[in-house]
Amino acid sequence: MADNRNAHAHEGHHDLEALRMMGFWIFLITDCILFGTLFATYVVLNGNTAGGPTVSELFEMPGVIAETFILLTSSFTSGLAVLSMNKGNRKGLIGWLIVTALLGASFISLEITEFVKLVHEGAAISTSAQWSAFYTLVGTHGLHVSVGLVWMIAIMIQLGRHGINSVTRRKVNIISLYWHFLDVVWIFVFTIVYLMGVM
Amino acid sequence: MAQRHSAAGAHDSHGTPGTHDSHDSHEAHGSLKSYVIGFLMSLVLTAIPLIVVLNHLLEGKAATLLLLGSAVLQFVVQLVYFMHLKEEGKPRYNLMVLILGLFIVLTIVAGSIWIMTYNKVA
Repeated sequence: MADNRNAHAHEGHHDLEALRMMGFWIFLITDCILFGTLFATYVVLNGNTAGGPTVSELFEMPGVIAETFILLTSSFTSGLAVLSMNKGNRKGLIGWLIVTALLGASFISLEITEFVKLVHEGAAISTSAQWSAFYTLVGTHGLHVSVGLVWMIAIMIQLGRHGINSVTRRKVNIISLYWHFLDVVWIFVFTIVYLMGVM
Repeated sequence: MAQRHSAAGAHDSHGTPGTHDSHDSHEAHGSLKSYVIGFLMSLVLTAIPLIVVLNHLLEGKAATLLLLGSAVLQFVVQLVYFMHLKEEGKPRYNLMVLILGLFIVLTIVAGSIWIMTYNKVA
C-alpha cells in the first residue's frame, strides 16, 4: 500500500521533471530562432564594409579553428558527464563538468582575445554594417557560452551539496542539452561567418 | 515524511547494477558508444570543409554547397548522437517543436536574403 503510494508520487514527480525538460527544449528552439534572425542579418549585411577593413583581411583562422575544436570537445565531455551521472558516479559527473567548464572558459578567452585584436586593427562594432552584424552574432553566442559557464558552476555546487537526485539530474540533463545546442550554433558561425568569410 | 524520504532514497540508488536498466531506457539516454561515434563524426565533418577552404580545393557554388552540407550534416549528427532525438518516446513533441522552429528559421533567413538581393544598389 505504502509502496504503491510512493511509486505513484514518484511517477508524478518524474512527469513534472520530464515536462520541465520539454519546456527547456521549447526555449532552445526559440533561441534557435533568435540566432536565425542574427544569421539572416549577417548574411544580408555581409560585404557592407563602408570602405573599412573586410573580414577576409582580418580573420585569423588558427585561433578560430582552435575555438571550434575546443567547443566540440567540450560538447563531448558534457555528454560524458551525463553518462557518469546515469551510472550514479558523482565524482565522475563533477569531474567531467569541470573539464567542460574549463574548455568553455578557454573558448571564451580565445574569443575575447580575438575581439580585442580586431578592435585594435580598426574593426570595432561601429566601424561598418559588416562588423556590427559580426559582433552581434558572434557576441551573442559568446554571451550564451558565458552564461552557460556560470550556470554550470552553480549546478556543480548544488551537486556537491545535494548529490544526484531527480532535481539535479534534470538540471544536468538540461545544461548538457544547452551546451550541445551552443556547439551546434557555433558550427554555423564557423561555417557561415569564418569559412565563407575567408573563402 | 519518512515515506517520502524512502522514496527519494530508492530513486537515488538507481545507479546500482541490475535496477537501472529499465530506468535508463525511460529517462536517461545515450551510451559511451553513441557519444564517441557522434564526436568522431563531428570531427570529420569539421575537418572536411576546413581542409577544402584552407587549400582552396573548391570554389564558388560547389564550395558553398559543401560547407553548408557539412554543417547541416553535423547538426543532424549532434541531434541524433548527442541530444538523442531519435530515442524520444511518442508522441514526439520535441521533434515537432524542432521542425516548427526550423521552418520559422528557414523562412526568416531565406526570406531576408531573397528580399535584400533585390535591394542591392548595383
